[in-house]
Amino acid sequence: CLLNCIVQKNDKGDCFHQPRVRGEDSFEEAPMYVAVLTYMNYGIVILFGYFRDFLRAVGLEKCHQAQEREEQRNFVPLYQDFENFYKRNLYTRVRDNWNRPICSFPGPFFDIMERVSDDYNWTFRLTGRTIENVINMGSYNYLGFAENNVDFLKTVAEETRQYGVGVCSTRQELGNLSIHEKLERLVAEFLGVESAMAFGMGFATNSMNIPALVGKGCLILSDELNHTSLILGARLSGATIRVFKHNNMQSLEKMLKESICSGQPRTHRAWKKILIMVEGIHSMEGSLVRLPEILALKKKYKAYLYLDEAHSIGAVGPTGRGVTEHFGVDPNEVDVLMGTFTKSFGAAGGYIAGKKELVDYLRSHSHSAVYATAMSPPVVEQIIRAIKCIMGVDGTTEGQRRVRQLAENTRYLRSRLKKMGFIIYGNQDSPVVPLLLYLPGKVGAFSRAMLKRKIGIVVVGFPATPITEARARFCVSAAHTREMLDKVLQSLDELGDDIKVKFSRHRSSYRPELYDETDFELDS
Amino acid sequence: MLKTVVLHNVLMETVIRRRRSDSVKMAAGQQWVLVEMVQAFYEAPAYHLILEGILILWIIRLLFSKTYKLQERSDLTEKEKEELIEEWQPEPLVPLVPKDHPSLNYDVVTGPPSHRIIVNGKECINFASFNFLGLLDSERVKLKALSSLKKYGVGTCGPRGFYGTFDVHLELEERLAKFMRTEEAIIYSYGFATIASAIPAYSKRGDIVFVDEAACFSIQKGLQASRSFVKYFKHNDMEDLERLLKEQEIEDQKNPRKARVIRRFIVVEGLYINAADICPLPELVKLKYKYKVRIFLEESMSFGVLGEYGRGVTEHFGVNIDDIDLISANMENALASIGGFCCGRSFVIDHQRLSGQGYCFSASLPPMLASAAIEALNIMEEDPGIFRVLQDKCKHMHKALQGTPGLKTVGEPLTPALHLLLENSTGSRTNDLKLLRAIVDYSLDRQIALTLARYLDKEERFLPPPSIRVVVTVEQTQEEMEKAAQCIREAAVKILK
Repeated sequence: CLLNCIVQKNDKGDCFHQPRVRGEDSFEEAPMYVAVLTYMNYGIVILFGYFRDFLRAVGLEKCHQAQEREEQRNFVPLYQDFENFYKRNLYTRVRDNWNRPICSFPGPFFDIMERVSDDYNWTFRLTGRTIENVINMGSYNYLGFAENNVDFLKTVAEETRQYGVGVCSTRQELGNLSIHEKLERLVAEFLGVESAMAFGMGFATNSMNIPALVGKGCLILSDELNHTSLILGARLSGATIRVFKHNNMQSLEKMLKESICSGQPRTHRAWKKILIMVEGIHSMEGSLVRLPEILALKKKYKAYLYLDEAHSIGAVGPTGRGVTEHFGVDPNEVDVLMGTFTKSFGAAGGYIAGKKELVDYLRSHSHSAVYATAMSPPVVEQIIRAIKCIMGVDGTTEGQRRVRQLAENTRYLRSRLKKMGFIIYGNQDSPVVPLLLYLPGKVGAFSRAMLKRKIGIVVVGFPATPITEARARFCVSAAHTREMLDKVLQSLDELGDDIKVKFSRHRSSYRPELYDETDFELDS
Repeated sequence: MLKTVVLHNVLMETVIRRRRSDSVKMAAGQQWVLVEMVQAFYEAPAYHLILEGILILWIIRLLFSKTYKLQERSDLTEKEKEELIEEWQPEPLVPLVPKDHPSLNYDVVTGPPSHRIIVNGKECINFASFNFLGLLDSERVKLKALSSLKKYGVGTCGPRGFYGTFDVHLELEERLAKFMRTEEAIIYSYGFATIASAIPAYSKRGDIVFVDEAACFSIQKGLQASRSFVKYFKHNDMEDLERLLKEQEIEDQKNPRKARVIRRFIVVEGLYINAADICPLPELVKLKYKYKVRIFLEESMSFGVLGEYGRGVTEHFGVNIDDIDLISANMENALASIGGFCCGRSFVIDHQRLSGQGYCFSASLPPMLASAAIEALNIMEEDPGIFRVLQDKCKHMHKALQGTPGLKTVGEPLTPALHLLLENSTGSRTNDLKLLRAIVDYSLDRQIALTLARYLDKEERFLPPPSIRVVVTVEQTQEEMEKAAQCIREAAVKILK
C-alpha cells in the first residue's frame, strides 16, 4: 500500500481530514482458459453472424432492420454493411439488457417497465406491467439524492413555481440568472477554490471547454481509459494528443521527458503548454487516480493538470470533497477541477473550478457561455440544496451521514465480493465496482437472471471495454441499506455458482482482518 | 528485415545448389550452363520451389513497399535533457482577461426571464429571450413539471442505456414523432449537443458535407468532430451550391469506385439564427435528387414558428417531410424547455441510439423537463392559431423597425429574431460593438430589454457582423412593440449621430 505523507494543516486544526491510506488498485488477471473460451465464444458468434447475413442476403431469412426509402435506393448507402455487423449479429442478441425503461425515481428501489420481444430482440413492446421494487445497482446515485421526498424538494418546487423550467437564452445574453451566480459561488466554496462556473451538460463541459484552454501547438497527455467526452474535447481542440498507460506514472514521466526534450513534432519548437488529463475515478475500472504522484510530476515538468471528477466528487473523501480531500491535497494545486452534478448531486450539468483567472477566461471564451442555453432553474436549486446538505450548512448532519454510509457500503460490498471469489477491479474506496464476466454469453445470462431475482444491474461489453473483458458494474449508493446489500450478495453468490463466474484464484480473503464487522466502519 | 530475408534466401539457394550438385553431374570448373540450370529446376523437389518462390515474392514486396524512417533517436545526454527541462517555460494556462472585456460582465437577471424581466435591477419588457410562444410562464407547464418532480425527483442518474430511460422520455419521443409526422424521434439532454452529435454519427472521415456559410456554431462543431471534407457555399445561394455539386460530380467520374462509398450531405438551417432568413427548401430538395445528396435540416429557430401548425419550414413550403433525411431542433426556444431532438425515418434515427455521442455517453434529460416539453407540445397542438398570431406580430415588428436612422434591419418579415446592424460601420469591430452596446443600455434604461448577438470572434469561421438581436414573442402587445421601435429609433438618433 502506498502511504501518502502529505498532511494537510487546515484552519480548523482537527484530525477529521486525515489523509487516507490509498489502497492498491487490483486488476487481477483471469486464468488462461477464460481468455481462450472468450475468444472462442466471439469466434463462434461471428461465424454464425456471417451465416445469418448470408441467409438474409439470399432471402431465406426475413430482414428485420429498417430499410432505405425506395426513392433513395440509388444513393450512396448511409451505413457500411460491416459497421453494422456487430450491431446486427452480436448486440441485438443481448439488447434487452440495456435501455430498460423505468417509471419511478432512480432511488435504491425502482420500478422497471416490463417489455417483451416477439422477434428475438428486433422490436420490443411494453406489456403494461411493471416489475416493482427492483433493487437498483446501476444508477449513479452515490449519495442518494435521487429522491422524491416532498420536504427535501420544497425549495426546488418553489423555484419551479417561480421561474418555470426553461431559460430561453444563453449565459452571455439574457440567460444569466442570479441563481446561477449563487450556484457558482457555492460550488467554489464547497471545493475550496477561488471560483467556479457551471454548465448545462457534463459531457459538453469537457467537449466545449478543453478547446478553449488548449489549441494548436499544445500537448495533451491523456490517460488510456479516459471518457469519450475528454477524448472529444481533446480532438476538437487541435492539440497533439499522446496517450499514456492507465495510471502508470513511469509511462507518464517518460512521455513528459521525451516531449519536452524533443518539442513539437517535425518543427521541434517548444510546446506552448502541456496538459495532463486524468479522471478521479474511472467509470469502467473503478480505479483511483494517483494524485500525489501526478502533482509531483506536474510540478517538476511545469505541466498543467485537468482533473475530471465526474464520479469522485461527493463520493470519495471524508466529507465528500473528492479525490483532493481523499489524498489530503490542497485543491488549489490542481489547475482545472472539473466535475458533474449528475452523479452525486442527483441533478444534471457540470462545472469547472479553479483560479479566478481561469474561470474569468472561461466566462468570456467558453463555447457554452456564448452559444448554449443556460441551466434550468429547478435543476440549479437541486444542486444548491444537495451541496448545502453535504456541507452541513442546512443545519442537519444528513450530508455527513450519507458520505459515511457510502464509504461503509463500498468497503462492505467490495470485500464480500472478493471473499466470494469474483474478480473485482479497482480501488477499495471507489463506489464503482466492476465484476468481470469475460464471456459474452455470460453477460446476457447474468443480467437477465439478476432481473428475475428483482435486482437491476448494468453490464458492459465491447466497445466500452476491451473485447475480452466484459463486465457487470455495480454502483454503490448511500441509500442502500445493509439488508439490500446482503440480498444482492446472496443472489450474486448463488448466481455466481450457477453461471460459474467466480474466476478469482484468491478464494478466501487474503486480509483476514476483514472478517471483523467493525472494520467496515471508517476510522475517524 | 530485408537483410534477414535476403540472407535466408541465399542460404536456401546454397542448400538447393548443393542438392543439385549431388544429383546433377557438373562440368569441370563448376560452371552453370543454362541447360543444366533448367534441368536442376525441373528436378528440384516441389516444396523447395514453392519456398523459393515465396521468398522471392517477399523480397519484391519489401523492395517496393514504403520505407518508414525511424524516429530520430535523441542522442542527448541526461544532463542536456535536464537542462532542457529546466529551461522550458510554458505559457500561462489562460491569458489574462482585462476587467472591461465586453463578454466578462454578464447582465444579471433576477427572477424569471419571462415577458417582464428584471435586468440589472430594472424591470423591462423582454425583447431578447427566445420565448417565442410565451410558454416559459405557462401555468399548465409549471404544474406538469411539479407533478413530475413529485414522482421522479430531479435527476436521472444515468445515461439512456443504464436505467436512464424513463417513460416520460419514451412518451416525449413518441409525441414529437407524431407531431412532426415522422416515424421516430430521439431526444438529447442539451440543445447544443443535438446537431453536434448527430452529424458525426453519419458523416465520417472521407465523406463530403456541403454547408451554408451562415451555419450556426453547433453545426460547425459537429462538422469538426466528424472529420469530413466540408465545402461551404454562399449563404442561400443555390447556384453556388450547384456549382460545388457539379465539381464534385466531375471528381466522382474520375474515380467511380471511391465515389460509390463516399457519402454526401447538405446541412442547412430552416431559419438561420445568424442571418435571420429562411433556406430555399424546395430547390434544395430538387438538388438532392439530382445529385444524390442527403439533407440534414436544423430547425431550432423554425420549430414552433413557421408553418400552419408550427411544424417548421417543411410545412411552410409544403415539402414532404420524408424528403428530408434528418430534422434536428432544440427544445429551448419555442418549447421553453431544455434539450433537443432529432426526428426522421427509423432507418436514419435509430442509428443515433448507438452512435450519437451526446446520447450514449451522457445522462438523459431530467424527467421534469421532459414533462414540461410534453405539456408545451400539448398546448401547441390544442391552439394552432398561436402560430398565425406570432407570424403577424413578426411582420408588424419588422415593419416598425424599418427606416431606423443608422441601423438596418436584417431578416425576413416572418422571422421572430431579427438583427439590427449598423448601416455605416466605424471600421473596427470593437467600436461597433461599443456603439451597439450603448444603444442596448439606452433601451434598458427605458425598460426595453435587448441584447447584443454574441459570438466567439476567434472561433467562428465566417464571423457575422456585430448586431443587436430583437426577438418577437406572442406575449408582446402592439403598444409594447411600438414603444420598443420608438425607443430604438431615439437611441439610434442620439448615439449614432
